Amino acid sequence: MSDFLAMGGYAFFVWTSYGIFLTTLVLGLVLPALRRRALIKELRQAYRRAEARRKPPRNQGAEQ
Amino acid sequence: MANKQKKNPIVLFIHKTGSPEYFYKLSGRFLPWLIAITTILTAWGLYQALYVVPPDYQQSESYRILFIHVPSAWMSMFIYAAMAVMAFIALVWRIKVAEICAMASAPIGAAFTFITLCTGALWGKPMWGAYWVWDARMTSELVLLFIYLGIIALYRSIDDRRAAARVASIMALVGLVNLPIIHYSVEWWTTLHQGQTIRLTGPSSIDASMLPPLIIMAVATKTYFIAAMLANARNMLIEQDRNKSWVRRLIGDAP
Amino acid sequence: MRAGSAQVLMAMIWRDLRLAMRRRGQLAHPLLFLTLITVLFPLALGPDPKQLGAIAVGIIWVGALVAVTMTLSDLYRSDRDDGWLEQLMVSGHPMVLVAIGRSFSHWLTTGLPLLLLTPLFASFLNMPEQLLSTLLLSLLLGTPTLSLIGNIVAALTVGIGRSGFLVGLLVLPLYVPVLLFAAGAVNAQAGGLSPDAHLLMLAAIATLAATLTPWATAAALRTSLSSN
Repeated sequence: MSDFLAMGGYAFFVWTSYGIFLTTLVLGLVLPALRRRALIKELRQAYRRAEARRKPPRNQGAEQ
Repeated sequence: MANKQKKNPIVLFIHKTGSPEYFYKLSGRFLPWLIAITTILTAWGLYQALYVVPPDYQQSESYRILFIHVPSAWMSMFIYAAMAVMAFIALVWRIKVAEICAMASAPIGAAFTFITLCTGALWGKPMWGAYWVWDARMTSELVLLFIYLGIIALYRSIDDRRAAARVASIMALVGLVNLPIIHYSVEWWTTLHQGQTIRLTGPSSIDASMLPPLIIMAVATKTYFIAAMLANARNMLIEQDRNKSWVRRLIGDAP
Repeated sequence: MRAGSAQVLMAMIWRDLRLAMRRRGQLAHPLLFLTLITVLFPLALGPDPKQLGAIAVGIIWVGALVAVTMTLSDLYRSDRDDGWLEQLMVSGHPMVLVAIGRSFSHWLTTGLPLLLLTPLFASFLNMPEQLLSTLLLSLLLGTPTLSLIGNIVAALTVGIGRSGFLVGLLVLPLYVPVLLFAAGAVNAQAGGLSPDAHLLMLAAIATLAATLTPWATAAALRTSLSSN
């Protein structure tokens, strides 16, 4: 196992390369997923606001 | 939907996927599968590349960088070509989905170009003794990164999203015509300056045992591209169409 | 009867040149910039004539690229702001003519003056005299391409405010082949080789650019104008 990690003395170069590769690619999928969450939340809020403006609640006094 | 005309299946496919709603639903169905396939292929490919393949007799273990460097370099060019095709479709037929897919591809292409440059430098240090050498391929790749970044920056600096996509699409096609000229000029420049070109991969160093992980990684990076591009495109699509009824229906009502 | 394309083209170039003469100060900007560059390099590197002479070509060519780039963001700006371009498009004049005319007038007002002042820059940098003719030839064949490609980027960014850095990011990678062949020609000459191959490549690129870029510039103008 330690032989495997040592990579014949090239550990730094090999593992850094693979690290950059995997980190960049994982970010390429995780960032859109996070963006999607935020976007859906934002859109729903916007729709709710628009809905509220279109038909105001009947008891105007209760509105804060 | 009432009139069922007989259409060429390819034309029908383009018409259907050209509709943002259909594209959004279809890509949503494919995306989990694509991510699953990509994960399995990458795990399998990296296991082969790091563990199964025997060390190279000349470069020992450091050549294992090849299994991510070469597929990334292929992808950096493949994605540019894919982006240019979609940009062309976007400009000629004004299909919104094509515009968005082209623009969703650019950051992924830039990411692969960045990976190619980083892994090339990390491979270069033990092989050439320096992180950066003005090798023809590395230099072209660097210029390619700047072209990707230019397209992304151009797309972001125009407010009207559709106009931005069309303007950036023209830039992508201009870059497409230029890239072979850039590559050729850089190649000529390095052969004049270095006597012999240093190559990371020559026919001599390709061994049969190296092929399986290379092919697996080449396929994995392609499925990855489609997955990441769709994930980006879906976000861009609902953001751009936020006031259209189909987004309201799909996003607003969903639990 | 409508005026012929050649007449329209001549009128456009003539108009550009008249406007340029009215703004003579701006005409001098790229020249002053390149002069400053050729003064700053010796200050930074020391006045050793041999060292300066060896890198003079690089300094002049890189300086020329940056100087040309800096003129691009204003190339179509005022014509868009005052509606001239829109009028042309509405009146059915082909945008390709605008692109060709503007590329030519841009070269006449930036590339050509740079070319004419190059002997001065070369002497500032102690460039060997026998290289001057090749350098001038490389500028003659290379700077039209800079104007032609620059026009595409100028047209793409016409609707964007403060586009200076963006223009540089977009256009400089596209200038790489011109730089390589132009500097390569002079360096080949300096190394005792024939610069012909490099110069022919420059000419080929210029021809290709002259035939292709006006269409791209025209498409870029139409797209940029229709959006704003």
